[in-house]
Amino acid sequence: MKRFQRFNLDSLLLPLLGVAVCLLLWQILAGSNLQVTSRDDFGDMVTVTKRVGLSKDLPSPGETWTASKNYVLQPWAKRGELDQGILAFTWLSLKLVAQGYAIALILGTPIGFCLGLSKAFAKTFDPIIQILRPVSPLAWLPLGMVLFLSVKIRVPGAAAPYTASELASIFTVAICSMWPTVLNTAVGVRAIPQDYLNVAKVLKLSRTKTLFKVLVPATLPYMFTGFRLSLGIAWLVIVAAEMLTGRPGVGGFLWQQYNALSYAHIILCILTIGLVGYALDRLMSLIESRFKSA
Amino acid sequence: MSHHLELSQIGKAYPSPKGPAVIVQNFNLKVAKGEFVTLIGHSGCGKSTVLSLLAGLSEPSEGVIVLAGKEVRGPGPDRGVVFQSPCLLPWFTAFENVLLGVNQVFPNASRSERHQVVEYYLSIVGLADAMHRRPSEISAGMRQRVGIARAFALAPKMLLLDEPFGMLDSLTRIELQQVLVDLWRRDQKTAVMVTHDVDEALFLSDRVVMMTDGPAAEVGDILTVPFPHPRNRQEILDHPQYGELREHLIEFLEVHAHRKRPAFPPAEKAPDSACPQIPPTARSESATPPSAAVAS
Repeated sequence: MKRFQRFNLDSLLLPLLGVAVCLLLWQILAGSNLQVTSRDDFGDMVTVTKRVGLSKDLPSPGETWTASKNYVLQPWAKRGELDQGILAFTWLSLKLVAQGYAIALILGTPIGFCLGLSKAFAKTFDPIIQILRPVSPLAWLPLGMVLFLSVKIRVPGAAAPYTASELASIFTVAICSMWPTVLNTAVGVRAIPQDYLNVAKVLKLSRTKTLFKVLVPATLPYMFTGFRLSLGIAWLVIVAAEMLTGRPGVGGFLWQQYNALSYAHIILCILTIGLVGYALDRLMSLIESRFKSA
Repeated sequence: MSHHLELSQIGKAYPSPKGPAVIVQNFNLKVAKGEFVTLIGHSGCGKSTVLSLLAGLSEPSEGVIVLAGKEVRGPGPDRGVVFQSPCLLPWFTAFENVLLGVNQVFPNASRSERHQVVEYYLSIVGLADAMHRRPSEISAGMRQRVGIARAFALAPKMLLLDEPFGMLDSLTRIELQQVLVDLWRRDQKTAVMVTHDVDEALFLSDRVVMMTDGPAAEVGDILTVPFPHPRNRQEILDHPQYGELREHLIEFLEVHAHRKRPAFPPAEKAPDSACPQIPPTARSESATPPSAAVAS
């Protein structure tokens, strides 16, 4: 009983303490307004507001909250394309992430299987994968823009066809987030115990049966690790893609507010990006553990 | 009388930098229908290699294996294999593991017929209550029972057992030997088993094939076990000939430990380098604790 209480206390209080320490550091670092009253050249008393502090343009926690209140408390508001509630922006970003991520999984998993199963396939494509893998999303995006400049894809029922910048963002998310899935699946396939393969051989299972009854279940834990890493990267990439394309979304909003000298909103965006990324990761590991125990 | 299984001039060699590494050579064996034959020999001598050739998991470099009038080419469910580690798929229950094989062998049977076969064999090996548990939820002994049930449920032409009890404690081993011998008598299966346990060989088999030490192992001697079936462990232990047969086997194993490589003490008689690429089925062979017989 005592142990349980202690556990609860630690797992609640200590993280809060961590947050408090960070807020304090932020407060110390941030600038504040100082009212200075002095007599000017004409002999009049004037009051000027000056920014002072270690980093005087950095808004303090309080100022950040005051400036962001509107976006947080009306999370779904839409006042203009680039002036929406924070959840509305997040939703726009997540929609693109979901599409790119889906493509990454649909392409990445079979590629991973081929890499793991065929030595020839691995030898042929491994160098290319190793070269493409470290390429930054910022480098892929312009290529995507060029690729989809004149492509019109219209989903039935949708109000407007995909724009080039949307397609380029999806492309970038897909190609950047694919690699962890590809590589982890390949590792997982290679790590299948020979015993399982012998069972499949001795029972003379067909190729399809071997794939779905033996290979896929045996690889699943590795695949899910890949899926989780891929989702993390997809979320990183969408922010970068939106900043470059200026599309409405968390990343686009962040860049616009930077250009508008509205620094508090940058912090709001960073916190949102972090929280959403964390939530996605938790969600994936929840699904993962569900699958592993099944 | 024609033989159910015939191995003639079987040889197996793996390529290695220093020329082919011969594991087994000039291996001849004829097994009658319904006979239980045991291969015995030191760890790494190539007995598991012979079994994996029979299972079709690897191909002989020389010679042919004929089973029921047909040459063995590649693996297939006409031979029920019981591996040393039970090799159950952990994402399936015991029932599903057996069913996977049964579905494969009886594709034309109705669903309920196939389920009946699975249930029948799982109950016979004593798992009626644990059928729907996963391998992780049952003991090692129970897992090997599933392995045995799976092999028999395939209605195979013969059984191949690769040290099936090597990883079990001695009490469980004795229990499972009884399960195996009962099932074998009921189904009248031809069986080839690999072991390095002298007592196990004498209890289960009609003939014991002693293999010389590798590399280049051959059939050294064949011992016919005269005990009548059905067998009872205590009766066999009390049998006047038991001690003599046991002595014969142990003597053979000792002689071969010393003759081939006199420079080495017996404990090092089978260094790993002797079998550079033993197929995976034989992987954990050297890791099993030596049984009474081999610790010569």
